[in-house]
Amino acid sequence: MDKEKTKKADTDGSTEAKPTAEVKTSAKKAPAKTGAKIPVKKAPAKSAAEGDVKNAPAKTGGKAPVKKAPAKKAPAEADESASKLVISSSPHFQTTENIPRIMYTVVTALIPAMAVSVYLFGLRVLMLMAVCVVVCLVSEYAMQKARKKSVRVHDGSAAITGILLALMLPPGFPIYGAVLGSLFSIVIGKMLFGGLGYNIFNPALIGRAFLQATYPVLITTWVDPGAVINAVDAISAATPLAMMKFGGEATGLGALFFGNTAGSLGETSAIAILIGGLYLRYKGYINWKLPLGYLGSIAFFAAIFWIYDSSTYASPFFHVMAGGAMLGAWFMVTDMVTTPVTPCGQWIFAIGAGFLTIIIRLFGGLPEGVMYSILFMNAFVPLINRHTKPKVFGELKAKKT
Amino acid sequence: MADSVEKAQLPEEETQSLSYELVKGLWQDIAPFRLVLGLCPALAVTNSLLNGLSMGLATLFVLVASCTAVSIVRKLIAPQVRIAAYVVIIATIVTVTDLFLQAMTPGISKALGPYVPLIITNCIILGRLEAFSQKNPVLPSIMDSLGTGIGFTFGLVAMGFVREILGFGSIFGFTILGDWFTPWIVMILPAGAFLLMGGLIALVNYISHKQSSQGEEA
Repeated sequence: MDKEKTKKADTDGSTEAKPTAEVKTSAKKAPAKTGAKIPVKKAPAKSAAEGDVKNAPAKTGGKAPVKKAPAKKAPAEADESASKLVISSSPHFQTTENIPRIMYTVVTALIPAMAVSVYLFGLRVLMLMAVCVVVCLVSEYAMQKARKKSVRVHDGSAAITGILLALMLPPGFPIYGAVLGSLFSIVIGKMLFGGLGYNIFNPALIGRAFLQATYPVLITTWVDPGAVINAVDAISAATPLAMMKFGGEATGLGALFFGNTAGSLGETSAIAILIGGLYLRYKGYINWKLPLGYLGSIAFFAAIFWIYDSSTYASPFFHVMAGGAMLGAWFMVTDMVTTPVTPCGQWIFAIGAGFLTIIIRLFGGLPEGVMYSILFMNAFVPLINRHTKPKVFGELKAKKT
Repeated sequence: MADSVEKAQLPEEETQSLSYELVKGLWQDIAPFRLVLGLCPALAVTNSLLNGLSMGLATLFVLVASCTAVSIVRKLIAPQVRIAAYVVIIATIVTVTDLFLQAMTPGISKALGPYVPLIITNCIILGRLEAFSQKNPVLPSIMDSLGTGIGFTFGLVAMGFVREILGFGSIFGFTILGDWFTPWIVMILPAGAFLLMGGLIALVNYISHKQSSQGEEA
């Protein structure tokens, strides 16, 4: 109990310690003892920077877990003084993980999908990707300069936005459209909200949604893979989802799995995305609840309709592998910034997005619903986070003051 | 609203010049962007420059006419029923405007649809009546409403200009951006109106912020 209290004080940060009665008393018991016996409490004498001997026990009792005197020294010095008893609050070990490392791992995980799209649709898609990435990086840099923030463009998050946006575009999409979408992604979707970590919506999806509204014809002009190698006069073709929706014609699962269908650059090949996604899972950068919940709920709700009438509705396997479901599940639903932080909230988010995807696909005006479903659930993330806060250990039930 | 009421009381006491009444609505209190009033027409009918301009002019006329009328009869209206009296006055003038548009420019009238009758509920008009005309003489009222109305028209024209040129590649229906330009369909949709409104409010705030900070330095 004491630990809990003091830990709470810890989270209060540097505000003047508010020692509750309990903490005070325990601190008074502690003063003579060293911290070693009661790890949470500091040895008051050491940390009594205030100097007021009378107050020291009570104050440090509250403050001890927050900042120890040794903590003021650099960590290296703390190591040297190992002969002394060093007590510090967690975390005791720091990993080498940082934002650039995570981001570039995600880029690595996207390489299979990029490679397959180049193989299927020709070299033109390389140019699309390059344009998207470069414009994203440049606009992020420009915005950070303009807003006089520290320039963190090297952290790679803008590059991911560019790649994801490119992977969601049709192969024949004009370059100026890609430039516009990338600009919108970064400037409106990300930097105006405050940059990485503050954006409400997934920037790449925002860019894609803007392009969908801006160039509704261009962005639904698909081409058959193979026919586009020459890029200039490609034969337009329908995506599997469009064929299903408007023609009731299901594409073979094999083609969907390996990506030999018309569609956006990176969305056609389920296997390539799966490889990247599993790699990210192996590295521990994505939470299994999100892709599993998303794909699971797509399959579940699709299965309900499929069982009800399998001649009208496509099978759950089709829905999981067609369109952007795979890419969305592994690279957008798992976005760290725009998804809930609580385990329960992650389930709600993933299942809700999957449900909306199926509803849009089956009953909406558009054949594909991944983009809007994820954006829609993004908007609910603050709400979900607030209402799925896990109970703090020791918290009493109706203790609302 | 409370703000503008307080502000409006100042000029009377300090006997501000008539030109101030006119100018303040043009930039300092420009309706759609600074007061964020009258958003309904500003978002709904500005998908082309012509629509924005005609809507702005219609509102301008109603605003000036009703402000003048209310200012004339301001001492005859009992305070308890003043809003009802204002609405009757506005509705009369709006009906005249609507019928005029239908008779003289049926095309525009059709394009504006229900938004001309809806001028009755435009917050700017009721706002100026309540905040200014009911306690000021006729001439300042005319200047005040003229300034506000021109500012509002300017806002609608700015919205219509950007939306038409991006959404259709044209100005007043004349194509000026050639075939190389693919119109941004989003700009003629409501989503584009909201995006642009946000952008223009940001721009106006940015400029006036810069002006005020320069003024402090000087």
